[in-house]
Amino acid sequence: MRSSTPGHRWVPRLLMTPAVATLLLWMIVPLGMTIYFSLIRYNLMQPDQTGFVGLMNYEFFLSNPAFTDAVMNTLLLLGSVVIITVVLGLALALLINDPFPGQGLVRILLISPFFVMPTVNALLWKHMMMNPIYGVLAQIWQFFGLTPIDWLTDMPLGSIIIMISWQWLPFACLIFITSLQSMDREQLEASELDGATYWQQLRYLYLPHMGRAISVVIMIEVIFLLSIFAEIFTTTGGGPGTESTNLAFLIFTEALLNFDVGAASAGALLAIVLANIVAIFLIRMIGKNLER
Amino acid sequence: MSKPVRTGKYDWNMRLVSRTLLAWAITFIIFFPLLFMFVTAFKTELQAIAVPSVWVFTPTWENFALVQERSGYFDYAWNSVITSVGSTILGLLIAVPAAYSMAFSPTKRTKDILMWMLSTKMMPAVGALLPIYVLCQTFGLLDNVISLIIIFTMMNLPIMVWMLYSNFKDIPIEILEAARMDGASLSEEFRHVLLPLAMGGMASTGLLCLVLSWNEAFWVLNLTAANAGTLASLVASYSSPEGLFWAKLSAVSVLAIAPIVVFGWFSQKQLVQGLTFGAVK
Repeated sequence: MRSSTPGHRWVPRLLMTPAVATLLLWMIVPLGMTIYFSLIRYNLMQPDQTGFVGLMNYEFFLSNPAFTDAVMNTLLLLGSVVIITVVLGLALALLINDPFPGQGLVRILLISPFFVMPTVNALLWKHMMMNPIYGVLAQIWQFFGLTPIDWLTDMPLGSIIIMISWQWLPFACLIFITSLQSMDREQLEASELDGATYWQQLRYLYLPHMGRAISVVIMIEVIFLLSIFAEIFTTTGGGPGTESTNLAFLIFTEALLNFDVGAASAGALLAIVLANIVAIFLIRMIGKNLER
Repeated sequence: MSKPVRTGKYDWNMRLVSRTLLAWAITFIIFFPLLFMFVTAFKTELQAIAVPSVWVFTPTWENFALVQERSGYFDYAWNSVITSVGSTILGLLIAVPAAYSMAFSPTKRTKDILMWMLSTKMMPAVGALLPIYVLCQTFGLLDNVISLIIIFTMMNLPIMVWMLYSNFKDIPIEILEAARMDGASLSEEFRHVLLPLAMGGMASTGLLCLVLSWNEAFWVLNLTAANAGTLASLVASYSSPEGLFWAKLSAVSVLAIAPIVVFGWFSQKQLVQGLTFGAVK
């Protein structure tokens, strides 16, 4: 391979081909099939009824009152978890960044929830933490003389937000700690000599330094949280009603519980549109931060 | 990474004491659910749902034995190992060359390609479920580890390329150019110059991919049954609608997450180093 000097432009392209080609296939083939399914009558329960139906599936899916709920829930879930994990993650990172006894162990214990699979996370919280009679939270509520909350019935979306935040807080915290480690110590000390308060340091030194890390955390969380599924599937099943149904779960119910592939495909395309709106918004907002 | 500091070096004052206490209290709260689950796995079913919770009892291994006996834990664990390791290796084979060329021969469109790759990851998996299901059915790959390996690879590829790209970009291109000047071929340049420098980034990318694949649930729940089910589906099968089988549920959960959590503990430093996505300059 003597020919691979920088002058040969095809080498870098050749190296990129497998990744680009497979991802393109991974995107185009399902997308094409989904578009096709969304335009035909395709219900697994009524295999004899077929044919082109135009945009009827879209109308059907859009006129479903659950659709608006699902979009709102998707965005609410995304926004809440991002805000909770970024704010608490920053606070926690600032708290444990400087040495204290047991710092190493604290880091290992804190990161653990990130390694826990969503199904275990969901079952653990559903049963052992949030059960209104035997759960740990119920015991704590009773200890303080309060009426235990029936979490999954009374605040289903809130419960799911708690579970997912628990999982993603360690991730946010870790990235922030890594970022804090490259803070300019001398600058901090100088600001201390000049009599800067902690809040001033936070505002003018820490936060600007961590802008990029915050962007990265938001970006990655959005990627993973737009299509949360397993936590809802194993705990509330989207209910009660549609209170904890997000878009991913609504499409799933349409396809696999109502067997309406056509409507589900239309829903999937609407979900892709929503994801793209969020993506454009996101890249506009924090893309500049990543360019630096 | 945390610098080892000997206890004698601490300058004990009120601030350090309160910081230490607060940090440990928060850590306890965050880790508590896992601790509780681990302890419950060694209880009998009656002890498991006792109110108030029992903390002193004679541990039993019965739940673990039951899980193996009833569902064949090792079959699921083996599927988890095969699919996560397989997709990690396949993913690295595809992602490393792409990230290499993006980092060292960037063009005007490199950033756009990277953003496009990430945007494919934002597409909800459920949008691709039906087509993939139909395709798997057509090729006889339903409930098959091969389809899972391919799907996991594609699922993680955008993140892997991004992570590797940001790691490679920190390697000064002058070093590679010097090697080229000395007449190193592409494969020599890769093996003797890039590989040693990029090892850390590749290791942490692989680690993250391993964790994500191990924990993947959506595709596993929808595409597998008895043959290719991974630990994620084993756990889901214990979420029986009624009845409180906390001890067994805890045992199966501990069995499902222990390998990856312990692995994660040991590799966390390595993982975190590469997890910056270019966020640390």
